[in-house]
Amino acid sequence: MIDEKDYQLLAQIADGLPLCSHPYAVIGKKIGLSEAQIIERLTMLQKNGNIKRLGVIVKHATLGYRANAMVVWRIPEENVEIVAQAMLQFSFVTLCYQRPMLPEWPYNLYCMIHGKNKETVQCQLAQLIEVCGLAVVDKQILFSSRCFKQRGAVYTANGTKK
Amino acid sequence: MLALSDLQKQLLNDFQRDFPLTPRPYETIAAQLGVSEKDVLSALEALHQAQCISRIGAVIPPNKIGVSTLAAMSVPDDALVRVAMQINQYAEVNHNYEREHAVNLWFVLIAKDAAHLDCVIALIENETGYRVLRFPLVKEFFIDLSFRLDLTHDR
Repeated sequence: MIDEKDYQLLAQIADGLPLCSHPYAVIGKKIGLSEAQIIERLTMLQKNGNIKRLGVIVKHATLGYRANAMVVWRIPEENVEIVAQAMLQFSFVTLCYQRPMLPEWPYNLYCMIHGKNKETVQCQLAQLIEVCGLAVVDKQILFSSRCFKQRGAVYTANGTKK
Repeated sequence: MLALSDLQKQLLNDFQRDFPLTPRPYETIAAQLGVSEKDVLSALEALHQAQCISRIGAVIPPNKIGVSTLAAMSVPDDALVRVAMQINQYAEVNHNYEREHAVNLWFVLIAKDAAHLDCVIALIENETGYRVLRFPLVKEFFIDLSFRLDLTHDR
């Protein structure tokens, strides 16, 4: 279980670890914990799977990966697992999730494809469709255009504006 | 555009996970790479300035802590920036992207619990005047493994 101090710690690092010699000490000072306690808590949060990874979070777009498409598919429930596993053999598929269908959005499998440009992503998608046998599956392709926000999760009281 | 040094490429590719949990993590990285702590800090600072990294931070799996959902809206083009900025004001929103589709604004909300999430979505709908579609995670097949960047080609 995570406690109030863990929430405070996650909130403190939502915008990133400070770039200084003792970043954990700096964070600890803000929430009344020692450097060693911060390190211990981050170790536990990772060990318990509450933090999936800790490290450099890159901005793909600036690094030449200008295009990313979210592709959503309508897959029969019983085939979702098999199709998802087939998609994951491709390294360009960076995320794959099942989500609920809505009447106005009847798609349940979401995958993300990153590439250096739109053409690359379209080629990768064509390859994915061929190898996974998805030619007749209903889908939508949503290329991202503008990023309005990208940061870590923050935990706050209801409807808090920054 | 920043011309990446070898050190910067190593930092981008080799430290997306298992960031050192040592009192001086940048010094630990520096020792592994045979450079100084100062070199690592200035390389990261430059990467941050150039918008190559968003942060040194934690990726939190959906719904492990609190409740999260992917959400989407259909917003007319001439209102999109205004609505995106209204949504960005909420601390509960951590990603917010425009996508090329009739359903054009996609964002991720994280809240402490379901009631909190409902409350924020109601506030957003009231304030913007547009309906929010919710797509909470049912199952994750793969999430945010570090992505091996090919930094050799032309941009």
